[in-house]
Amino acid sequence: MADNLRDPLGKMESEALAAESLQTDQALRILVIDEDPARRAILEAGLREAGFANVTLVTKTTGLIEQVYAIDPEIIIIDLENPSRDVLEQMFQMSRAVKRPIAMFVDQSDRSTIEAAIDAGVSAYIVDGLKKERVKPILDMTIARFRAFDALKAELESAKVALKERKIIDRAKALLMKSRGLSEEDAYALLRRAAMNQNKRMGEVAESLISAYELLKE
Amino acid sequence: MPDDTEDGGLPIIHAGFIPLVDCAPLVVAARKGFDTEQGFSLRLHKEASWANIRDKLEMGIFDCAHLLAPMAIASTLGLGRPPTPVIAPMALNLNGNVIVVSEELFAEMHAADPADTDAGGMRAAWALARVVTARRAAGAIPLTLGMVYPFSCHNYDMRCWLASAGIDPDNDVNLVVIPPPLIADSLAEGRIDGFCVGAPWGRISVEAGQGRIIAAKNHLWPNSPEKVLGVREDWAAKKPDLLIALVCALLKAAAWLEDRGNFVEAAHLLAEPRHIGVAEPMLYDALAGNLVRAKGEAARPNPDFLVFSRYAANFPWLSHAEWMVRQMERWRQIEPDMDPALVARQVYRPDIFRLAAARLGLSAPLSDSKDETLAGPSDIPGSLGPIRLGGGLPFGVPGK
Repeated sequence: MADNLRDPLGKMESEALAAESLQTDQALRILVIDEDPARRAILEAGLREAGFANVTLVTKTTGLIEQVYAIDPEIIIIDLENPSRDVLEQMFQMSRAVKRPIAMFVDQSDRSTIEAAIDAGVSAYIVDGLKKERVKPILDMTIARFRAFDALKAELESAKVALKERKIIDRAKALLMKSRGLSEEDAYALLRRAAMNQNKRMGEVAESLISAYELLKE
Repeated sequence: MPDDTEDGGLPIIHAGFIPLVDCAPLVVAARKGFDTEQGFSLRLHKEASWANIRDKLEMGIFDCAHLLAPMAIASTLGLGRPPTPVIAPMALNLNGNVIVVSEELFAEMHAADPADTDAGGMRAAWALARVVTARRAAGAIPLTLGMVYPFSCHNYDMRCWLASAGIDPDNDVNLVVIPPPLIADSLAEGRIDGFCVGAPWGRISVEAGQGRIIAAKNHLWPNSPEKVLGVREDWAAKKPDLLIALVCALLKAAAWLEDRGNFVEAAHLLAEPRHIGVAEPMLYDALAGNLVRAKGEAARPNPDFLVFSRYAANFPWLSHAEWMVRQMERWRQIEPDMDPALVARQVYRPDIFRLAAARLGLSAPLSDSKDETLAGPSDIPGSLGPIRLGGGLPFGVPGK
């Protein structure tokens, strides 16, 4: 995890390999639809580093179909939290309204890539006829970046929780010191022992101590 | 990823749902203990799009899902993608959608044809047809109307409604997919002039002063199909007992939702952010059939606005599935070389429904199809006595 924090995007081997094979494909028109600005930036940076000059980011999803037609992308990358996925599904239709048929993933037999993408929280739509070899490296990098972003978010979340717990423990410690005349060290030891005996986290014990104190105070 | 890990000794079933009032049978089954009563634990997963629901169901991340009825057919046929057989052993509800038009379009319709606009329902399509004709004559841009997904009853209902008044849904208007969370912005920006959507989203736009409800689904086709329980065929074959238990739990949840005395609690459960996350009164009105058509207007009673259990609402009628296949053909989503009866039988599974009904001691219809042209209520024979159906003509045009 610590490695992730220092280098959250991890220059993974697969990504480096992917970048190499991408050199010939710089003209591919790629559309990224993601409402999370941080994740969008991470993905865009990856695509640009890999040499793709034709990356368009969509931030506003009203009027999405018009934007798709104007950009005429060969690959669309969209996050799974985005309700606009259903708008793209219109493009599967036989209807005359569709200019260019779009299929989901170039090769449906590549189930593991599809599973990995869904697991990472992303989906891709590929224009019909585009070769699997051209798309796979882009998908692999997208999946890697989505995962790295998730790991980063989880790190931040747990750091936030840890900070909150420390504050609660400090408060409980202060209460114990005041009400039982303990030293800071003894108050801490008492909390720790209680947590071990109850098989709970110190933060939880501290929290119940504080709420019990609030109740008794009234 | 789902597995067979047990939850307190019970097998777990993972279900995907979209935040709409008709996901209620799943929420009620999980929260009121109808799942554990039937010997399993139901885990609900809220999703942002129907495409996610389909992918996760097809991939096996979900065991079952709250599904637009035509999606089960589209997955099985592999429309636009490789086929994954999905079956519908029961329906989750009947009715429950509305057609809303923007305040501007409403004013235009009202000016062109006040009587039909005020009457609403099927007649409102005639008022819309006048607007469409006038716009075409004036060289104005065609109207844009939204629905939620290409393979949905919203799409087919909207198309049939338009066509009933002579409007060609493919050429006279621009029909687009609009996800419910984008409705408000799209209306405000004038990107859409109206839409068809499930409760509570129509009411939300009414309360925002953006739109007016001009028809409820049961005004277009009373007691018409909407959502089903979708299950992968291979999962059903692998876990037949668990499937029956699932259908039993959902049938009991649906029956619980019929009881007026439970509406307050149901609205409370659905209002939780992890379920729908919308104010309770709007959810209560959807359950109770209180239809508020315009902001500030008194609610009109529409008791069949959303039907969860009565009228054999949960029975997977082959005649419903056949209608959907014919709609796919009519609107060129499939080539006209399918046998609707064959497709319907593959996807809709009344045989499974009957096994579950028998276990619960409920009367199940003896026939797999029903006459979809009966205007009024009727009694049909059932396994344990006659069953009352609501009836209703599909897109019957009164008057004109």
